[in-house]
Amino acid sequence: MTDRTKLPIPLPQIGAEQLTLLERLSNAVAVSGDEGEVRAIVLEQVKPLADEVTVDALGNVLVTKHATAPNALRVMLAAHMDEVGFMLTRDDENGLYQFGLVGGMDERVLVGKPILVGKSHIPGVIGAKPIHLQERGEREQTIPVEQLRIDIGPGGSGKVKVGDRATFATRFQQIGPSLVGKALDDRLGVAMLLEILRNPIPQLELLLAFTVQEEIGLRGARVAGYAFDPQIAIAVDSTPARDLPNYDGTENQSYNTRLGAGPAIYVADSGTLSDPRLIRHLAQTGDALSIPYQFRQPGGGGTDAGAIHTRRAGVPSVSISVPGRYAHTPVLFARLDDWQNSLSLLHAALQRLTPDILAQER
Amino acid sequence: MKELIRKLVEAVGPSGYEGAVRDLVRSEISDSVGELRVDAMGNLIARKGQRQNGGLRIMLSAHMDEIGVMATHIDENGFVRFTTIGGVHPRTCFGGRVQFVNGTRGLIGGERTDAPDKIHSFEQLFIDVGASSRETCPVKVGDIAAFDRPMIDLGDRLVSKAMDDRIACAVLIETLRAIKKSPHELFFVFSTQEEVGLRGATTAAYAIDPDLGISVDVTLSGDTPKGVKMEVALGKGPAIKVRDGGMLADPRVVRLMVASAEKAGLPYQLEVLEGGTTDARAIQMARAGVPSGCVSIPCRYVHSPSEMVDYRDVQQSVQLLTALLSGPIALE
Amino acid sequence: MTEITPFLKELLSVSGLSGTEEPVRRLIKDAWTPLVDEVSISKLGSLHALRKGHGPEPRPRLILAAHMDAIGLMATGVVDGLIRFTEVGGVDPRVLPGQFVTVHGRRDLTGVIVKPDDRSLPHRLRDKPFDMEYLYVDTGLLPAEVAELVRVGDTISFAQPPVELTGGALAGHTLDNRASVAAVTICLQELQPVHHAWDVWAVATVQEEETLGGALTSPFAIRPQLAIAIDVTFARGPGSPESRTYPLGKGITLGFGPNVHPAIYKAFSELADRIDLPYSNEYMPRHSGTDAYGMQIVAEGIPTMVIGIPLRYMHTPVEVVSLKDIQRAGHLMAQFISALPADFVNQIRWDEAND
Repeated sequence: MTDRTKLPIPLPQIGAEQLTLLERLSNAVAVSGDEGEVRAIVLEQVKPLADEVTVDALGNVLVTKHATAPNALRVMLAAHMDEVGFMLTRDDENGLYQFGLVGGMDERVLVGKPILVGKSHIPGVIGAKPIHLQERGEREQTIPVEQLRIDIGPGGSGKVKVGDRATFATRFQQIGPSLVGKALDDRLGVAMLLEILRNPIPQLELLLAFTVQEEIGLRGARVAGYAFDPQIAIAVDSTPARDLPNYDGTENQSYNTRLGAGPAIYVADSGTLSDPRLIRHLAQTGDALSIPYQFRQPGGGGTDAGAIHTRRAGVPSVSISVPGRYAHTPVLFARLDDWQNSLSLLHAALQRLTPDILAQER
Repeated sequence: MKELIRKLVEAVGPSGYEGAVRDLVRSEISDSVGELRVDAMGNLIARKGQRQNGGLRIMLSAHMDEIGVMATHIDENGFVRFTTIGGVHPRTCFGGRVQFVNGTRGLIGGERTDAPDKIHSFEQLFIDVGASSRETCPVKVGDIAAFDRPMIDLGDRLVSKAMDDRIACAVLIETLRAIKKSPHELFFVFSTQEEVGLRGATTAAYAIDPDLGISVDVTLSGDTPKGVKMEVALGKGPAIKVRDGGMLADPRVVRLMVASAEKAGLPYQLEVLEGGTTDARAIQMARAGVPSGCVSIPCRYVHSPSEMVDYRDVQQSVQLLTALLSGPIALE
Repeated sequence: MTEITPFLKELLSVSGLSGTEEPVRRLIKDAWTPLVDEVSISKLGSLHALRKGHGPEPRPRLILAAHMDAIGLMATGVVDGLIRFTEVGGVDPRVLPGQFVTVHGRRDLTGVIVKPDDRSLPHRLRDKPFDMEYLYVDTGLLPAEVAELVRVGDTISFAQPPVELTGGALAGHTLDNRASVAAVTICLQELQPVHHAWDVWAVATVQEEETLGGALTSPFAIRPQLAIAIDVTFARGPGSPESRTYPLGKGITLGFGPNVHPAIYKAFSELADRIDLPYSNEYMPRHSGTDAYGMQIVAEGIPTMVIGIPLRYMHTPVEVVSLKDIQRAGHLMAQFISALPADFVNQIRWDEAND
């Protein structure tokens, strides 16, 4: 068992500064394809620290922090800036707008929610027909998106326009051990990458990709992976914790991950079969340093690693996620401890990476 | 060749964990090729020959991986819940046997269903490895298994799990051995993770950057009672793929294959497969594009633990590829 | 203004299904060669036509992509002289019975898509529309001759001749996407006297309807700084929801959404306003369903734009398009290219990168 204090670089600690930044990130409106508000925050944070910063054709922010030694391992980390949300598609007059979904969302959670439109955060609501006016049996049907409208109020003309994106209006807060907000998938990951940049690992060439359009097909990660051409890639995301008790009291066997059990290491999702060498490295790091971790249940879902690992001649890849309940709904619940442990495990694993990890065959 | 096929199909190598198959292939071909390497995705890439007299760089691909199951949860009594890796059908599962990469063997059991003739869903199935508790179970979350069935030799017909695509691995190995002289630079790729999205072939094709791509894979056949309607049948020769669910073969490559078959006096069939695709699709899309096609081995009961091929089709596939790759090629 | 009509009608009379685009490619090559400096064919069969810009090298490059492949059918077997078939690209089987087609066998054969009488089909299908699986192409020839002339894998294209309707509309099959090929041709014609700064690559792509194969590979060879996809979009018509369709003949559409770089959308919309060219914004929350979807993610990523030509009854043999809209699309592209300064690349940025 290795003492954490024996690592060359102290593991980054999450404090008030990190939480304030997370709040800014969570509250920003940055829907897939329109990530500007988060991109601006990221650029502001990375410019003083990075060796190279570019914004590419799709809007990814690509940051390089050079190693201090030659022939360093080129390691790419990816976290996505975008969140699922809405796009206003048609003006129905009087402040009512038709809208389309951007990214996968359970349509049943839309109705009766406050939302914010655009960078100016214009408030609106997705209303619902009053119970009093409903026909018998109507309540059993999910209202299709085509029938819903975003309502910004009758005097709103000129404040918003068709094409603007919108998100739920949830404001970030910390409640006891929990972090509560929208878009923590993947603002938690974005914040983690920024912390890594603040605490770089000198023997690694760090290639940080703040990606776009993950929620609609891993599109930013695909071109970022090609551009960086790394030797190893780690996607840093948030994954659902479906660990509520079963209604009938039987054991919940489809929990995916559990809140409070630490960062989730991916063995397999629908897009990637993680490189076993990297799975082992992460797990051994956790064991050696007593950092709690769990294995995400294999199957389903996906991360930016899906698009990165098959670029060019192939990139050994793995994903690590902060568990969160109720993903892709107005409110996600994560645990501060899980976030801290994810950051610790990631940073420690990076510190312990050596080129010979790729010497053995996959 | 039957012994080679047996060794290949009986090896345990589900997508992402093809090591055992790779070791086997490597031991079979290492003295027949100029250069052998394993890339980041675990593909085994063997190079044979050099380009001369207008020869081409040709990539051939057969995938080493098979469909399988991966443990998602071990309950307190040691029963293993699982997810599928690749296109596994629920109806091939109940009562089946599996072998994990770590050697553990087991069978697939299921919960009681509403009616005895109803097929279990995946959520209603579990693997029983004979353990009695979570702590003593030799399987943990993330462990992966393949279906477990020995090959049977029915003479002209061979039956096994993983004919898809180990039979093509055998074809490539035999072709590699049979080619004595060729004007082309040949890359024999034993690819990984085809069943989950052609992932190995995608990166191998990028790295090799070939002038021509040919995958070898199984295809369905239309010769079983009230089965899929398809002209392809066992015993009528290798199938030359015109299209499948994910790829339109380059017509020049199709013409080339037909001409080679006719010149060599080999039987062949033309194949249109509705649904399913092969490594050729991934090769075709590499970089600025690669003219590609596929030689298919007709196969019954694909993605079941008992896939059947015709041994003569297999031998003729070797002959077809050998003839095609030994002579000059002009794509027109 | 209607000079494009003869060329467009020719385009519609030549086969070129996804994967077998050679016949239509030859026709387009003949039309484009006099309008450009270099013509080449990609590894997958896309047509690349380069019209060089003026000014010192290296010049920035843009792609105008219009897919030349068509949807159609493919023979899967022959039963008693009747040809069984599957689709190439997305085909609604309900429009098929009674359609004239051309079977590209050892020679071209005329055929009609027929449905068997209900009595020779499974009971559950009586009075219902049914799958392609139960339809045939009848060529009128006897089984022995069909067996000689037709093989598994032979392509089958729609054979409706195009029909000029009132109001400058044209009806025919494969206006998706030959209408856009015509628009690109108009653009190249308009650029003849123009000294433009950028190198212009007109690309007639292959396999859009099946794999986006052309869109994923041509940009890898060309490496443009900008890629524009021109494709048909949904025009208002019976049965189609108003919120997702655009008026026929009242202008083209400019795409907006994750598949479009906002700076390029902005340049196009400002230009269209300036030259009084009518257009609608086409809001695409996710993907565009065009070559732009493939081109945007090639290599390091490419800024993309989508221009739409409204079309009714998409993917049927009686698609309807307005010739005026085709003209508008071509004209807008020519105006855009003419006015494009060499340093426009610096303006293709995301707002926040401006410091």
